[in-house]
Amino acid sequence: MNSIFFDLSFVDQVNSAVMTFVTEHGDFFHDITRVLLVNFLVPLEKFLLGLPPLGVLLAIGALAWHALRRWPIVLALVAGLYLIGCFGLWDKLMQTLALMLVSTTLTVALGLPLGIWMSSNARLRRVLEPVLDVMQTLPTFVYLVPVLMLFGLGKVPAVLATVIYALPPLVRLTDLGIRQVDKEVVEASRSFGATPWQLLVDVNLPLARPSIMAGLNQAVMMALAMVVIASMIGSRGLGEDVLSGINNMDMGRGLQGGFSIVILAVVIDRISQAYGKGRRERQALRDNKGAQS
Amino acid sequence: MSDLQGSIEVRHIYKIFGPGADTAMRLLREGVSKKEVLAQVGCNVGLNDVSLHIPAGKIFVIMGLSGSGKSTLVRHFNRLIEPTSGEILVNGHNVLTCDPAGLRSLRRQTMSMVFQGFGLLPHKTVCDNVGYGLSVRGEKSPEARARIQYWIERVGLKGYEQSYPDELSGGMRQRVGLARALAMDSQILLMDEAFSALDPLIRYDMQTLLLELQSTLHKTIVFITHDLDEALRIGANVAILRDGELVQTGTPEQILQQPADDYVRRFVEKRSLSAGTPTH
Repeated sequence: MNSIFFDLSFVDQVNSAVMTFVTEHGDFFHDITRVLLVNFLVPLEKFLLGLPPLGVLLAIGALAWHALRRWPIVLALVAGLYLIGCFGLWDKLMQTLALMLVSTTLTVALGLPLGIWMSSNARLRRVLEPVLDVMQTLPTFVYLVPVLMLFGLGKVPAVLATVIYALPPLVRLTDLGIRQVDKEVVEASRSFGATPWQLLVDVNLPLARPSIMAGLNQAVMMALAMVVIASMIGSRGLGEDVLSGINNMDMGRGLQGGFSIVILAVVIDRISQAYGKGRRERQALRDNKGAQS
Repeated sequence: MSDLQGSIEVRHIYKIFGPGADTAMRLLREGVSKKEVLAQVGCNVGLNDVSLHIPAGKIFVIMGLSGSGKSTLVRHFNRLIEPTSGEILVNGHNVLTCDPAGLRSLRRQTMSMVFQGFGLLPHKTVCDNVGYGLSVRGEKSPEARARIQYWIERVGLKGYEQSYPDELSGGMRQRVGLARALAMDSQILLMDEAFSALDPLIRYDMQTLLLELQSTLHKTIVFITHDLDEALRIGANVAILRDGELVQTGTPEQILQQPADDYVRRFVEKRSLSAGTPTH
């Protein structure tokens, strides 16, 4: 009674607002779910599951070699993936990979243009920065509930939650990378009459590449961190084993799943970081390739 | 019209940095000094009523210490910086009334620029850097490639076509910057402290190269420098700026023999002191 606090709550208002929104626009969002599922997630997953595991291992090995050029690391990465197969988790690895590919593609499709726009518009940056802060700090479960109500259970809300979570680092690092491009190079490009598009493609994006690739790397790592949460809302994949390990006190199974996620993270991290390396290093790699062919 | 081809006419250019430019302009026109404007309005006056005639086909040097507004002034010619007030006529046309497309065409066809810090694209080879302006202009023909090769050889970089800028010394990088500007084949060349980042011997070589090239090219070259020796060596005409104001314009002889005020005299005296000892 003698508390200094007012009695204040927006629980009911939010609940009723969400409920009305869901009942009124639910169909629209379910259509989005269906389109995403039918056109992207399911076909990609089917495609990846249909590939022979040996082919996938070789393809990832080739990609790793192209990026890293060091046999011991390439072999270790491929061996790690092979180990996941030995655990009997190959199909789940492919499902997780499909989820990652779709959510990363969406993240890049949204994050890169947003970052580019933000780098050239100070007002947009002022508006977007706090939004990105909220996206990064708001616990996933808070927005997972409305996302679930709108999009239903399964892969699609998992993808969307992942995109929300993974978007901020990519946007931020794209923005930062472009703003840190040497002003004199930008000026030189403008002095030769470059259009804004030419300036972006020939100067800003190539010079901001290390920063953008670091952002992409961060986005992918954060997306992987969402795998277990994604499995909680009914998305198949490596997270399932971790979840059922927790639920059934099956430590062994949980650890095996968790270990597989770590291996996948290391593989993606090594490869994507290598592509973000400076021109000098890539040039050295190109020379190696030239000498061999 | 032919005497206009390649000439630049600067009329009453003012550049005021910061908000409140209108008030600052009014005060300046009333004869209030740059310092008082800064104190009263908080605006920094970059250029204060600068008028210049830059004749075609010669090297015109704009000289001044750092902060004198010389780099700001040269960026007005191709509108990398917009003036607060004034007119700039290139070939008789006011560049300040150009729309974006007209401005791009001015930069692509009429003027090219060389920068103090070179401004090269670090991810492109010497060849692609020299051809950058041409590729912006959409020229990718064999003829354009031959032109690139021609200018690489003219500036003495034969054999370095496939090198990257960070594999070259400062002097060689500026040769790339010079070749990139020359490959555009434009009437006007803007050189913003182009040789200032180079050490004295290399700078001397680059001046020699520039004079050699100019003896056949006869371009309008606007050369910015803080070094009087450089100004007197290469300039047919020299303009001296201080604190955003034009102090003196004239031939090197006029500058040496009739310095307009103490500021110029101090430059000249410092030079005659150092002329006693060998500088190169």
